[in-house]
Amino acid sequence: MGQYVLRRLLQMIPVFVGATLLIFLMVNVMGDPVAGLCGDKACDAATAARLRAEFGLDRPVWQQYLTYMGNVFTGDFGTAFNGQEVTALMAASFPVTARLTLVAIVFEVVLGVTLGVVTGLRRGRPVDTGVLMLSLVVISVPTFVTGLLLQLLLGVQWHWITPSVSLAASYDELIVPGLVLASVSLAYVTRLTRTSIAENLRADHVRTAVAKGLPRRRVIVRHLLRTSLIPVVTFIGSDIGALMGGAIVTERIFNIHGVGFQLYQGILRQNTQTVVGFVTVLVLVFLAANLLVDLLYAVLDPRIRYA
Amino acid sequence: MQGAAPVRWTAALAVLLLTATGCGSPAAADGGPGVLSSSWGDPQNPLEPANTNEVQGGKVLDMIFRGLKRYDPRTGAAENMLAERIETEDARTYTVTVKDGWTFSNGEKVTARSFVDAWNYGAGLKNNQKCAYFFGYIDGYDKVHPESGKQTADTLSGLRVTGPRTFTVRLNQSFSGFPDTLGYAAFAPLPRAFFTDHAAWLEKPVGNGPYRVKSYVRGAQMSLRTWDGYPGPDKARNRGVDLKVYTDSNTAYTDLMSGNLDLADDIPAAQLKNVRSDLQGRYINVPAGILQTLAFPFYDGKWDKPGMEKVRTGLSMAIDRDQISRTIFRGTRTPATDWTSPVLGTEGGYREGLCGEACRYDPKRAKALVKEGGGLPGGRLRLTYNADTGSHKAWVDAVCHSINNALDDDRACVANPVGTFADYRNQITQKKIAGPFRAGWQMDYPLIQNFLQPLYYTGASSNDGKWSSETFDALVDRANAATDQATSVQLFQQAEEVVRDQMAAIPLWYQNGSAGYSGRLSGVALNPFSVPVYDRIEVS
Repeated sequence: MGQYVLRRLLQMIPVFVGATLLIFLMVNVMGDPVAGLCGDKACDAATAARLRAEFGLDRPVWQQYLTYMGNVFTGDFGTAFNGQEVTALMAASFPVTARLTLVAIVFEVVLGVTLGVVTGLRRGRPVDTGVLMLSLVVISVPTFVTGLLLQLLLGVQWHWITPSVSLAASYDELIVPGLVLASVSLAYVTRLTRTSIAENLRADHVRTAVAKGLPRRRVIVRHLLRTSLIPVVTFIGSDIGALMGGAIVTERIFNIHGVGFQLYQGILRQNTQTVVGFVTVLVLVFLAANLLVDLLYAVLDPRIRYA
Repeated sequence: MQGAAPVRWTAALAVLLLTATGCGSPAAADGGPGVLSSSWGDPQNPLEPANTNEVQGGKVLDMIFRGLKRYDPRTGAAENMLAERIETEDARTYTVTVKDGWTFSNGEKVTARSFVDAWNYGAGLKNNQKCAYFFGYIDGYDKVHPESGKQTADTLSGLRVTGPRTFTVRLNQSFSGFPDTLGYAAFAPLPRAFFTDHAAWLEKPVGNGPYRVKSYVRGAQMSLRTWDGYPGPDKARNRGVDLKVYTDSNTAYTDLMSGNLDLADDIPAAQLKNVRSDLQGRYINVPAGILQTLAFPFYDGKWDKPGMEKVRTGLSMAIDRDQISRTIFRGTRTPATDWTSPVLGTEGGYREGLCGEACRYDPKRAKALVKEGGGLPGGRLRLTYNADTGSHKAWVDAVCHSINNALDDDRACVANPVGTFADYRNQITQKKIAGPFRAGWQMDYPLIQNFLQPLYYTGASSNDGKWSSETFDALVDRANAATDQATSVQLFQQAEEVVRDQMAAIPLWYQNGSAGYSGRLSGVALNPFSVPVYDRIEVS
């Protein structure tokens, strides 16, 4: 087990370096970010040159990358164009997006798994067909449509919520945005759980449990659900990173000042430091979530052992 | 039946969630009585007077600073604010007297030195101020801000403090309009705290205007409150303003509709068709000092050879400005008939119809002129624009469509989007754009000089197409040297005629500022810079 974790951690290093290098190159091929700093007017050459030197943009890309990575290991993610430390931007935005992601994950787990179990046990019945239809609708409607529709109905028409989230972004304000963010994944979780449950209903260990005369509830929760959750956990795990990065649309609609907002702003202003810094952290989150998922397998299914 | 189930399900779920958490009624303005909330965009640069060149940062500076002059929010005329007198005999050396009794909101007196120190800071190359070129007229600018290398002086030799409230400004050329430029935010005075503890000042800027900053969370919100000790004549009529950053103007609009926001000063294009009925008289749409044009790459020989002015004029005549303004912009833009803006007024140099026939839609003449001039370079146009902001796609497509119709060739003009604004600017400065490109100009100060010199003078800062004309340059020099305003304006208009005859850029439309507000507010107006005049807004 310990060896396995160590091996996984070591594998993260090339992934991490590769991902950051790719992002760095992608942002860099877009050209000189200083050009866009002065608005519709051109920056005067002397100031532009000084800014370029200050942000290290006048050096070759490989040198910029090495310096950048060197700084990152000392915890210095550079400075954004508006003069703020990227670490300060992160400190302000990651907690907000983490809360949003948490709300979304809770929706996925609680609603998605419950609905999946209910429908998986009642295949072909009206409940099953209904939920299947509904999840199909949710999957096929883009997030921004769901978001804008809910915002309009709940916010403007019925006044149940405020259409935009305040600066504090407390949990209760994040319920609707979280639901919107989770919606598509929620539908997938439901469908995954349903299939998995339906499949495992016929598995040997479940039949044995039933044959032993165990109470139905215990059979479902301890024997059926536990093994059925493996594909679901894999999905949710990889979804954590996707949700945090993919929050751009949802955060824009509800005016949440989280990671999506900063990334959007960074891309728009072609701010290398912000974009690379945020993506770096997102890559780390993604890798950590994946490791956690792989370790969970053994907990869920005793048959799985780590060499 | 199956259609009804999902609706009931969602509604039931929503009810469940909302009742469970009890987030019932929307909180109205959270700033307290007399405080209004307003939409805002994240300023691109640190908030320093000489480092702010976009509207969002300018908005704040206009609230927390007062300069020597101030542009009348209604007419745009430059009027004395902190200046008691600005005197000159030769339009080159000016003596400025600052009014007595003004202080910064931290109690420090505003003196001649507050201005001179601020201007020296703004001009200094090492301070990276993006509006440094505003000080380019002052003697010694080339030492403080050389075009390359290090600065050899820290102070402008043309500035001299002669008393606690007086200083002199010597320019490196005659410029009779100079006093009128002093209302621009870059010329604001700065308190000592700005220099002694710069980081703290940036966290919470201190100025001398009717408002002071109560709290500032960068990238999110700035709370401004009325400064009771403000000595000026334009005291705020409300208790304060909360500026909230929105990434999407649609969200701001939705917030306004639901009563969660009091004032949105950027109505998204998609909402223009229902804004009047949505807001019932609480919508304003007034001309601003913004002109949209199409610039040409004169650095590319193909666009600069003799006879091409006919092609350029032909293209101008091929654009149906009226129809595009009506259908795409729904009346928030006015077809342009000169190269300035109506906000200048006729006395200030705006002359309706100066463009004449060249700006009138005439597809037949257009086709003939393009042919006479030798046809489109390379046989077709690539109209370049940035696709990330400002919903430019719609009108660029329409302009191309109009040109194609006029020239009877559906491949004559193609739109060429560039992903980000930064990349777009990049291609312009590196002279990589091969055809006409979008150029927007928002005035810095309401002077005809500002609509012509920076854009068309040889080597000027925003002359992106690198157009050059000796006749034009000579006329501008004469206009700047003229001490009499009427003569100066007349000479500028002559210079503008050169721009027209050569069709240095195709004027498209004057842009309006638009805003919507809640029923709590009254007295809402936009100034010629399309910024709300916050201090005159009353909150009920």
